Amino acid sequence: MISFRLNGAPREVAAQPDTPLLYVLRNDFGLLGARFGCGMGLCGACVVHVEGVPVPSCDTPLWSVEGKTVVTVEGLGPGPHPVQRALLEEQAAQCGYCVTGVVMSAVALLDRQPHPDEATVVRELDRHLCRCGAQRRMVRAVLRAGGASG
Amino acid sequence: MAELPRNLAANPTLSRWIRVAGDGAVEVHVGKVELGQGILTALAQIAADELDVDPAHIRMVPAGPGGPDEGLTAGSLSVQDTGPALRLAAANVRSRFVAEAARRWAVDPAALSVAHGQITGPDTTIGYGHLAAHVDLDVPADPEVPVKDADKLAWTGRDVPRLDLPDKVLGRPRYITDLRLPGQLFGRVVRPPSPAARLVALDPAAPAGEGMTLVRDGSFLGVVGADEAAVVRAAEAVRAGATWHERDTLPDEDDLDTYLRAGPHESTVVVHDGAPVPAGHRRLSATYSRPFVAHASMAPSCAVALWHGPDRVEVWSHSQGVYPLGRAIAAALRLDQAAVRVRHAEGAGCYGHNAADDAAFDAVLLARAVPGRPVQLLWSRQDELSWAPFGSAMTADVTATLDAGGRLSSWQYDLFSQGHTARPGYAGTPGLLAATTLAEPAVYPAAVDPPAAAGHGSLRNALPGYDLPARRVTGHRLLATPIRSSAMRSLGAYLNVFAIESFLDEAALAAGRDPLDLRLDQLSDPRGRRVLETAAKAAGWGRPLPDGRGLGLGYARYKGRGAYCAVVAEVEAETEIRVRRLTVAVDVGRVVNPDGVRNQIEGGAVQSTSWTLLERVRFDRRRVTSVDWEAYPILRFSRTPEVAVTIVDGGGAPSVGAGEAAQGPTAGAIGNAVAAAVGVRVRDLPLTTEAVVAAIDRPAR
Repeated sequence: MISFRLNGAPREVAAQPDTPLLYVLRNDFGLLGARFGCGMGLCGACVVHVEGVPVPSCDTPLWSVEGKTVVTVEGLGPGPHPVQRALLEEQAAQCGYCVTGVVMSAVALLDRQPHPDEATVVRELDRHLCRCGAQRRMVRAVLRAGGASG
Repeated sequence: MAELPRNLAANPTLSRWIRVAGDGAVEVHVGKVELGQGILTALAQIAADELDVDPAHIRMVPAGPGGPDEGLTAGSLSVQDTGPALRLAAANVRSRFVAEAARRWAVDPAALSVAHGQITGPDTTIGYGHLAAHVDLDVPADPEVPVKDADKLAWTGRDVPRLDLPDKVLGRPRYITDLRLPGQLFGRVVRPPSPAARLVALDPAAPAGEGMTLVRDGSFLGVVGADEAAVVRAAEAVRAGATWHERDTLPDEDDLDTYLRAGPHESTVVVHDGAPVPAGHRRLSATYSRPFVAHASMAPSCAVALWHGPDRVEVWSHSQGVYPLGRAIAAALRLDQAAVRVRHAEGAGCYGHNAADDAAFDAVLLARAVPGRPVQLLWSRQDELSWAPFGSAMTADVTATLDAGGRLSSWQYDLFSQGHTARPGYAGTPGLLAATTLAEPAVYPAAVDPPAAAGHGSLRNALPGYDLPARRVTGHRLLATPIRSSAMRSLGAYLNVFAIESFLDEAALAAGRDPLDLRLDQLSDPRGRRVLETAAKAAGWGRPLPDGRGLGLGYARYKGRGAYCAVVAEVEAETEIRVRRLTVAVDVGRVVNPDGVRNQIEGGAVQSTSWTLLERVRFDRRRVTSVDWEAYPILRFSRTPEVAVTIVDGGGAPSVGAGEAAQGPTAGAIGNAVAAAVGVRVRDLPLTTEAVVAAIDRPAR
C-alpha cells in the first residue's frame, strides 16, 4: 500500500510500486486530466506537480511519491486557474491534448515567479511538445496570466 | 428547380442533421469530425445563423450512426462542403417550426420572427421546444427554402470561442482515451518488430499472466485485461517470448532519390501545352526533395470496441471517416455493413491518415476475444511513430527557360513519389494494418493518389498558379510502397510548392530580378496578387537586414481552387537556422470564424516550419528507427516563430478551408529566406544545419 496526498486529500493505493503514476491517477483515481503521450517523459502531456515541482507522471513510479504531495490539473480549482482562463481567452490550443501539461508547468512557474518575462516562459515550456502549432498563443496566455502587458 | 447541396442530397432527411428536444435543446449532427481544427464550432455558427439560436445552445453531436454520412473529414473541405448542406438543412428546420407556429396562431408565417430559439408572433412567443413534438423532421430537405443573405448572418464572421476548448483546457474527460465504459477492459497489441516480420513461435512459458486474455491470429498478437499497467507489462512479456522471421525490405534512407526514380511508376500528365521550348532562351534546372515525414500527433492512436454477440460490433474511433471505417471493418471481417457501427470520439490532433483506423481494427480484433466487454486499445508512442502511414518522400525536377526580359518562357516539371492515400477503402481494399498480419493475411496494393477531381495526391499543386507558357507537368507514382505512405496534411502540395517557389527565386536570381516582381509579373489572378502584396507589405519586403538574416517569399492557391496564401519568412542563420517570424496573408473567401482561420493558418505555418527545419523519418533496411521524440524531433517552443496573419477580404467568394493553405508557401518562404540569408540554395529538406553546411560546401552548379 502506497500513501500520498493527492489534490489535498490523503490517499492510499494498492498498485504495484513500479506502476507509472499516470496509470494510477487515471485508472485508480479517475483523474483523466493528465494525458498519456509517450510513456518516456519526453513530451510533457502527463505533467503533474510532485511537491510543487512539475514532473512527467508517465515515467514517475508510484513508489517515488510515497508520503509526498501530488497535484493534478483537477486539483488547481475550485474554478479555472488564471492560466487556464488566459489560455481560453487566447484560444491557445487546437487539439488541446498537450495543454493540461502546459498548464501544470505554467502554474508551477507562476507560483515561483509571478511575473515572468517571455524568455522565462519559453524556457519553462520548452519540455512540452505541441504538434498543432499553438506554442506562441500559449506563451502569450502565460504572460497574460502573469500580468505582463505584452 | 433548385438543387440540394451535394452532402444534403446524399443525406436529405432533416432529422439526420438536426433534432430539437422538448426542452428546446438543439442537436446538430454532422458527418465531419473534430480533429483539433475547430470545425464543430464553425459549423455550429452556420447552424445558429439559420436556426436563430445561439451557438452555445447547440449541442454538436459526434459523427456516428444516425447522423449524415459525409465521408471523410479531409482536404480542407468541411466548411466548403458541409457548410451549404447544414445551412440549408437548418433553414428548412426553422421554416418548419415557423410554419407550425403560424398554423397554430392562424397567421401568415411571414409575419413571424425568430430569435434565440423563440418564435414571436403578433401576440405571443413560443420556443422551439414547445413545438418540437409537433414538427416532423423525418422529411426530406426542400431545396426551395431560402437561406439568409450574407449580410443578415449574426454568427458567421465572428470570433466565436471554440466550443470544445474549455473541457480540454480544464482537463475534463473529452478524448477517446478518457472513455471509461462500464466493464471496460484495456488492450495492447504486440506489433511485429519490422514491416515484413512474421511470427514464427510464441514461447508458451511466457503467458500473458493471470487475468489476461492473449489474442493471437497469425502474426497479430495482443493482450486484454482489466488493469492497464498490468496489460502493458503483459504485452512486454509476450513480446519477449515471441520469435519472428524478419526480412530487409526498406530502401536506403540516404538515397531516396534513386529509390523514388527507379520505378516502376504510373505516370500522369497534368498538363502538356505542347509549345516548343523557345530557342535561345536561358535554361535552368534544379531538383528538390523531401524525406518521409511522420504525423507525430501528441497522442498515440486509440479505439474502443464492443462486440454484441458474434456478428455485431460497436466501435469508437478518432477516425477521419467513421462510415468508411465501418465499411472497411465489415469488409475485412466479412460482416454485414450494418453490423459495424462506428462513432467518432475526439483524439489528439489529426493531420491526415494516421493510425486511427488501424487502431480501431486492432480494438475490434482484441474485443472479439471478450464479447460483451468494451476494450480500449492504445498504441504505444513507438508504434505510432513507426507503423502509422507517413507522408511520402518526394523528388521533383524542374527545368525552365527565361526570356531576354527575365520572364519564364517554359516550364517542365517531373515529380517522383509514392502514392498519397491508403485510407480504408483505397484501391477497393479495407486498408487496415492488422489485416495484413492475420492468419489469412490481406495483401494490399501500393498507396494510390486521389484523382484530379479530388485535388490530386502526389500532384497536388504541381501545376504552378502562375501564368506560364509551354508547360509540361508529369507525376510518376511508385507502384510499390515498402514504406507505408498515405495522406498527410496538404499531401503533395507541400513539396510541390516548396519546389516551385524555390525555383522561382532561383530564376529571379538568375535574371537579376526581385522575387516579388517576378511573381507579380506572371500572376494575373487578382486574389493571388492581393495576398502576395499584402504579405510583402506587412513584412516590410525589401527592407535592409543585417548579415545572416534574410527574407523569403512563398505563395500558392491550395489545390489551385482553395485558399490563397502568401508567406514571408524572416530567418536568421547562425549555428542553426532560426525562423524569426512568418508574415502570412490568406484569402479563404467568406470567413465563418476569423480567429479559427488565424489559428489554422498559424498552426499550419508552424507545423510546416517543423517539417521544413527538422523532420525526417529514419530507418535501416529492415525497420523504422525514429521511434521516439529524441529520434524524431519536432519544433519546440524555443524555436517556434511568431506568426502574423492577415485575412484578406475574399470579396464575397464562397468559403474554402484554411487547414492546409499555409504548409507549402511556408516551406517555400523559409527555403528562400535561407538562401537570402546564407547565399546558397538548399534544395533537399529538411533544412538542418548539416544540410545548409553541405550546400555551402557543394561545388557551384
